Amino acid sequence: MLKIENLNVWFGSGRDRVNAVQNANFAVKSGASFGLVGESGSGKSTILRAIMGLTKNWSGKVYVDGTQTSIKKHNSFYKTVQMVFQDPYASLHPRHSVDQVLGETLYLHGFQDIDARVVHLLDDVGLEAKFRFRYPHQLSGGQRQRVAIARALAPEPKVLLLDEPTSALDVSVQAEILNLLSDLRSRNSLTYIMVSHDLAVVSHMCESLAVMKDSEIVEIMDVSTLRNSKACHPYSQQLLLASI
Amino acid sequence: MTKTPVETLRWRAWLLTDTPASRHHAKLSAFYKGWLSFRGNTMAMVGLWILICLILAALFAPLLSPHDPFAQNLGNRLQPLGSSNHVLGTDSLGRDILSRLIYGSRITLYIVGLVALIAPITGLLVGTVAGYVGGWTDQILMRITDIFLAFPRLVLALAFVAALGAGIENAVLAISLTAWPPYARIARAETLTIRSSDYISAIQLQGAGALRIITKHIWPLCISSLIVRVTLDMAGIILAAAGLGFLGLGAQPPSPEWGAMISEGRRFILDHWWVAAVPGMAIFTVSLAFNLLGDGLRDVLDPKDSEK
Repeated sequence: MLKIENLNVWFGSGRDRVNAVQNANFAVKSGASFGLVGESGSGKSTILRAIMGLTKNWSGKVYVDGTQTSIKKHNSFYKTVQMVFQDPYASLHPRHSVDQVLGETLYLHGFQDIDARVVHLLDDVGLEAKFRFRYPHQLSGGQRQRVAIARALAPEPKVLLLDEPTSALDVSVQAEILNLLSDLRSRNSLTYIMVSHDLAVVSHMCESLAVMKDSEIVEIMDVSTLRNSKACHPYSQQLLLASI
Repeated sequence: MTKTPVETLRWRAWLLTDTPASRHHAKLSAFYKGWLSFRGNTMAMVGLWILICLILAALFAPLLSPHDPFAQNLGNRLQPLGSSNHVLGTDSLGRDILSRLIYGSRITLYIVGLVALIAPITGLLVGTVAGYVGGWTDQILMRITDIFLAFPRLVLALAFVAALGAGIENAVLAISLTAWPPYARIARAETLTIRSSDYISAIQLQGAGALRIITKHIWPLCISSLIVRVTLDMAGIILAAAGLGFLGLGAQPPSPEWGAMISEGRRFILDHWWVAAVPGMAIFTVSLAFNLLGDGLRDVLDPKDSEK
């Protein structure tokens, strides 16, 4: 479904050039859930931003559904791949109500029955209809993240990139959002790529994962390998030890 | 009383609900909450009332003014304050100062209204485009802004009026031309912080174009700080217009522009101080009212504060 070959991402140029991601390769099957773990600054989120085109300085090949995507994105790409941001307090426009956020997204993707779809989306992410005309500051963190997920689901994408979707939320709300994401995946047969620094979250959500360190992917393994503590790379073992 | 207290209460509850039932309802509710917090600010309300009085005076000038503002009567010139028939006295040509003040409010509102339309909109356009597009566009637009900022405002306005010819329209144009650069600066600074935020990234991921992002996502966040800045600048605009009038480059006699009235009264300022002082007081009051209103609006509109 989504395949990445020789992805390099950098910031700055000349002597200030920082290589954020070097030579990343991985492939995610349709309907699978793939985790990216690593410490902060290891380039996990940068991979997602490069795939989405939010970071322009990258080289390599990104295949979605077998077709290679260019740096300049088309609407068809955004209809297939969507992203949920880390901080729900920053990812919703402070002056737009939930209805405006979802309505505009639907409008941009050329849907006609916007009213019905907004109601349906809210229902999908477990928000009552009374939240429809509220503004972000009238919502809690978990509710905001549900709205952000609804926005990502609006174009009916096949792939959802999740950039630490629960790290800004407290523990009880984290579980709710993770369960919601699992439900949505099985219901809509979505493909997930999930970035996290929390091994427990990744082992709960994903079938396979890549471990990143210093802008490189050091190991790709199945979650069963992780559960049996059979990681090969010393850094993965260290990460595993730290999370127990 | 047409409404019973119960009915009023129901309306309040409907407006203050945190679960609005429609788009319209949500907007009204947000507006009403803003109004409530604005109403709590006494000084801002004083400013608002002064401005409402000014607008009413301008609207009903022919009904309110006791005399014709242009009727001269040389036998009756330079009457003091409180003289019978002329509450605020008469000027050097025997014209009733109160009537001239009331008619002058029309000119003041005209100037303020036009400048308040032209300058912030120009500044908003230039600033947000420069901030969002960046690169060469940013460089060129901001250097032009710098050129305008490098001159003292009144001097630049003087140069423009001198080039365009004296008159109220040209004065408005000149003041607007000198007033927009600070707005462009504010709008650009705000755009730079907004541009890199996640909610702009999020809408980019929905395939929104630059025009939509600037007008629908960046403008609503810039406008509140611009409105505040405009109301705070109103005093300066009135003073600039009065300054041009005073120098004889704004409104032309016999038009009762307040600055021009001070200019005429200057010759008698030692013996007949009220001829200059009364329009001066009017300028002061209206400037103060705009400043108070601006302070109140900042409390209501500034998104950083209303988040709390």
